[in-house]
Amino acid sequence: MSTLTEGPPAPVPVRDRRVIKSRPTTSDRTFVAAARSAAVSTLVIMGLIGVFLAIGAWPAIKQQGFSFVTESQWLPEAGTFGISSLLWGTILVGLFALIVAVPVSFGAALFISEYAPRSIKKALVTIVDLMAAVPAVIYAIWALFFLQERLLSVAQWLSVHLSGLLPFLSVEVPDSPSSYTSSAFIAGVAVGFVVMPTMTSVMREVFSQAPTGEREGAIALGATRWGMIRSVVIPFGRAGIIGGIMLGLGRALGETIVVFAIISPMFEFTTHPLESGTNTIAAHIAIRYSESSGVALSGLLGAGLILFLFTLVINTFAGVVVSRSRSGAATEI
Amino acid sequence: MTTDTASDETRVDLDIDATTTIPQLTAGAPATLVAREVSAWFGNHQVLDNVDLTMAAGQVTALIGPSGCGKSTFLRILNRMHELVPGASLAGEILLDGQDIYDLDRRPIESRRRIGMVFQKANPFPTMSVHDNVLAGLRLTGRKTPGKNGAAELVERSLRSAGLWEEVKARLGTPGSSLSGGQQQRLCIARALAVRPDVLLMDEPCSALDPTSTRRVEETIRSIAGEVTVVIVTHNMQQAQRVSDNCAFFLAAEGQPGYIVEQGPTGELFENPRDERTSDYVNGRFG
Ligand SMILES: Nc1ncnc2c1ncn2[C@@H]1O[C@H](COP(=O)(O)OP(=O)(O)O)[C@@H](O)[C@H]1O
Ligand SMILES: [Mg+2]
Repeated sequence: MSTLTEGPPAPVPVRDRRVIKSRPTTSDRTFVAAARSAAVSTLVIMGLIGVFLAIGAWPAIKQQGFSFVTESQWLPEAGTFGISSLLWGTILVGLFALIVAVPVSFGAALFISEYAPRSIKKALVTIVDLMAAVPAVIYAIWALFFLQERLLSVAQWLSVHLSGLLPFLSVEVPDSPSSYTSSAFIAGVAVGFVVMPTMTSVMREVFSQAPTGEREGAIALGATRWGMIRSVVIPFGRAGIIGGIMLGLGRALGETIVVFAIISPMFEFTTHPLESGTNTIAAHIAIRYSESSGVALSGLLGAGLILFLFTLVINTFAGVVVSRSRSGAATEI
Repeated sequence: MTTDTASDETRVDLDIDATTTIPQLTAGAPATLVAREVSAWFGNHQVLDNVDLTMAAGQVTALIGPSGCGKSTFLRILNRMHELVPGASLAGEILLDGQDIYDLDRRPIESRRRIGMVFQKANPFPTMSVHDNVLAGLRLTGRKTPGKNGAAELVERSLRSAGLWEEVKARLGTPGSSLSGGQQQRLCIARALAVRPDVLLMDEPCSALDPTSTRRVEETIRSIAGEVTVVIVTHNMQQAQRVSDNCAFFLAAEGQPGYIVEQGPTGELFENPRDERTSDYVNGRFG
């Protein structure tokens, strides 16, 4: 037989509440402590790098003041130097890297996760991951001896045919291939190849995690494969796409050796990215490091600090975007 | 409560064709689905053997049987979902109004458009609104969504048919994932009905639902029967009796492929089974 509960007497008396807690076991506590210290130490190391750069850069920043950020020339002997043209070059190269790498990576990731027959899928995944592990200096050699020469005609074609429409594509001497050899465009495209495998890998990983239930839901409605990809895989993978792009951009901004191999250093705001002559913060540090001392060296550390903060901001921004979306949990950036 | 809303709640719009203003969308008509000598494999593992079953137009056919006897596999064969599993294969024919859906000249997506499916686990598109979820089938198949009013009408009609309209009419713009489990499942039914299939397959659609939602889905099934041929897999004997006109009992011996032990009108199968195993199963003595 069932029993009935009487309604609470009015007024309801004050009830003591229990403490809701459970006692963690020793192994729980050890694990949490280990995980926490690992997490904290990455933050501490990051912080220390920042502090180290800031201390090293202080003499240069004190001497130059705000013009360290606005000055485009780098003439420590004459007492004026700044990072503005370097920062601009860094952004240009990063931009060209993205223009090349994003569409290719996106397509490759979709192909591998959605279209590739099972028999070659594993091989493709492995190849892409291997490519991500190839040292940048190998890409630099390849860019120098193979890519640069072939991109000349592309640059020339773009300049000759499109500069009427887009004036920034013009160069001073369009007929001479040497006008194009060491431009931000060629450096950027070469860097694009360096970051492509990483981007592809991140995007593919997230695409392949799109839930089977939703995929089948779309297919059962009569969707084509592309329809299913558009309605399920891409919306699910949005965070991975952004995460992959940002990770690639972070690497592109810091890429040194490939840029070093292509460019001829120049300290001006290039508004003609197809024209030879540009510079990036990373390449500049690499080129000048061994010959600098005193306040010039301090200036290089200052340039490094700016790059460090710049990539930090980009990655934080990406992290926020990614963590707000559904596949965010599955994405690391 | 006004009489108006009361009738709204109880009336399920059966007459899908009557107010049609939708171009490009051929009227769905219930079709007979015939499985002929169907066997199925995953790799070398045979899971179905020589299944013959006729699912009559406009009727509800229930597939019952213990877990692992191949009911889901059979259902997925009926709208060409089986072939999505790598290594899956089959033998036999599935005739939709006399035409084999596995004919080499028939595109799988054409068959799937005519034979809709509702899954065990509700799978609305989580980032799409309730409204867009209902229309997803049309958009995915590249058919024009009818103009503004037509779209609104189609959404309302489909949601009414699925018994969900009253609960969501005030929040058609919220994402599909914000609904409760039972509502999500009915949203999936509405989504499947919106493309006006000839056949609707349902794989244990109520197994994750509470009793109230289950009752609503069952009402929905009864009300759409006649408009569309329904094939439903269920583990619930009462449900099979409540909703189905015909019933097929699947069984698989340990490690052997599944097959149909007995099939026939639901009443007869439950009250007067010819096979002892059917009798044992429908009376809850195993499975
Ligand atoms: N994707 C799959 N790959 C391999 N074997 C499968 C797969 N799906 C189901 N099976 C096997 O097929 C048999 C029938 O499964 P299923 O059709 O899901 O049965 P039911 O729906 O009746 O419970 C089971 O033995 C199961 O292990
Ligand atoms: Mg099943």
